[in-house]
Amino acid sequence: MHHKLRHGLTVASFMAPATVGIVVFFVYPLLSAVYFSFTKFDLLTTPEWVGLRNYRHMFEDSFLGTATRNTLWFVAVMVPARMLGGLGSAMLLTTLKRGSGLYRTIFYLPALAPPVAATLAFVYLLKPGVGPVNTALGHLGVDAPLWFNSPGWSKPSLVLLCLWGVGDVMVLYLAALLDVPTAHLEAASLDGANAWQRFRHVTLPHISPVVVFTAVIGVITTLQYFTQAAVAASAASGQATTGAGISSTFGYPEGSTFTYPLWLYVVGFRYGALGYANALAVVLFVVAFAVSLLLLRRTINPERAS
Amino acid sequence: MNRQLIWIARHSLAIALCVMFVAPVGFLLLTSLMSDAQALTSSYWPQDWHFENYKDVFAKTPMARYLLNTVLYAGAATVFMLLSSVPAAYALARLRWRGQGTVLVVIVCMMMIPPQVTTVPLYLMWANWGLTGTLWPLVLPMLFGDAFSIFLLRQFLLTIPGEYLDAARVDGCGEWRTLLRVVLPMARPGIAAAALFQFFYAWNDYYGPLLYTSENEENWTLSLGLASFKTVHHVQWNLVSAATILTMVPVAALFFFAQRAFVQGVTLTGVKG
Repeated sequence: MHHKLRHGLTVASFMAPATVGIVVFFVYPLLSAVYFSFTKFDLLTTPEWVGLRNYRHMFEDSFLGTATRNTLWFVAVMVPARMLGGLGSAMLLTTLKRGSGLYRTIFYLPALAPPVAATLAFVYLLKPGVGPVNTALGHLGVDAPLWFNSPGWSKPSLVLLCLWGVGDVMVLYLAALLDVPTAHLEAASLDGANAWQRFRHVTLPHISPVVVFTAVIGVITTLQYFTQAAVAASAASGQATTGAGISSTFGYPEGSTFTYPLWLYVVGFRYGALGYANALAVVLFVVAFAVSLLLLRRTINPERAS
Repeated sequence: MNRQLIWIARHSLAIALCVMFVAPVGFLLLTSLMSDAQALTSSYWPQDWHFENYKDVFAKTPMARYLLNTVLYAGAATVFMLLSSVPAAYALARLRWRGQGTVLVVIVCMMMIPPQVTTVPLYLMWANWGLTGTLWPLVLPMLFGDAFSIFLLRQFLLTIPGEYLDAARVDGCGEWRTLLRVVLPMARPGIAAAALFQFFYAWNDYYGPLLYTSENEENWTLSLGLASFKTVHHVQWNLVSAATILTMVPVAALFFFAQRAFVQGVTLTGVKG
């Protein structure tokens, strides 16, 4: 009994700070968000119960429609683009013997670039008129798009930016590909399997946990897509104000880069509709949680510690 | 013959990709060394080299303050995270206790939930405590464990052979002594990876500083300052480029120093997770 108590105290001494953190910075705000989502208030008033009104309001909020469609567009395009880009570059690296370490470093480095810095670099690179990319396209006689300044091209421009930072995904695929037993691949070759068949029947089943992982993490990070969209819009619009007022350029041009989390931020911190912002947060939570369950089921195996 | 062609094709592709990965930073670097006027033209090789742009950035903007704030944020967040998360990771990986599985599930959930979900209640909490407008709301929680770091460290600690721990316990070490004397030295690569991730996360963070410090320019970080740069200076792309390069350099330098630990950390979270 005494021993058990001692053990309990030891565990408590290790876990106490983290437990406080989980309760104060996660469980409490999460439960508050759910409660607040049924209320109406701003920074100066106290929450007043309004039932489901915030949730009903979502269906009349046409801007929310735009923001949701944009976020879904990003999820549908960026996630597969990054997965294919990461897998493709990883497969290329595994076939190169000489210099693959150097290639790997160069492919990986942009993934570390601070998002604000990377976004500014791309706004400069894709500047209509005098930007390097459009100058090059002009020499080739191509009618160059306006990139971040055109409602039709602003999202594809952000996709280019996310592909530039594909190195983080690539490293995951690289580790998984190096684990594929070469004996299996050789056996498949001897059986007359071509490159596609070897990939489809040997490589893919082996790397499928990483495929699922990158897909789920990709969806979840894209649901949060905020920084690049905010910074690209403000830099391209050329009328950025200070950090606090930066929201006036969110979505530029014509709302084409307005994402769901940007709208949540604007609703909460610019319009001060904190109840409604929490309702948007709860919906985001439900979606992200549903997606992460796909991964959670795999990750939490009943693995026992020593 | 055919084999050589394939070899050439593969390397050409790899080199072409390298050029594409390097080009954005390359153009930025060249632009950062141009005159103000040339930066607005379509000639990309500096006519004269304006190295003083890097001095001007510090002279004409609060760059030094942004840099200091960013170092404080990233440094404090990293140290605080290690103090709170290493013990928690040890308890989750190496001790047995009731509720362990549940806590682990909650921690994984915390990693997966977008930060925007809890933004409003957290902001109100910090506003109540009178700490909005400062970097404290971003740094203090790190004293109470960071979900991602706990998870990463736990994955690493699981790879340490149990015999070492058993030996320490047989020698009469308590769990804290076992952690400090035996586990910490062996876990150095994992700890380095977690520290690097935390440092980069804070260094790159835009959402957190925007949320809490945008009302008080004294406490802006590089990300926030960089994003609002041209308000002060009407689109001086040469200076913006210099500031952007300056933001990237510490990250790249740290990466080169600790490349191994870093790549190991990336694969540990992904493959084993």
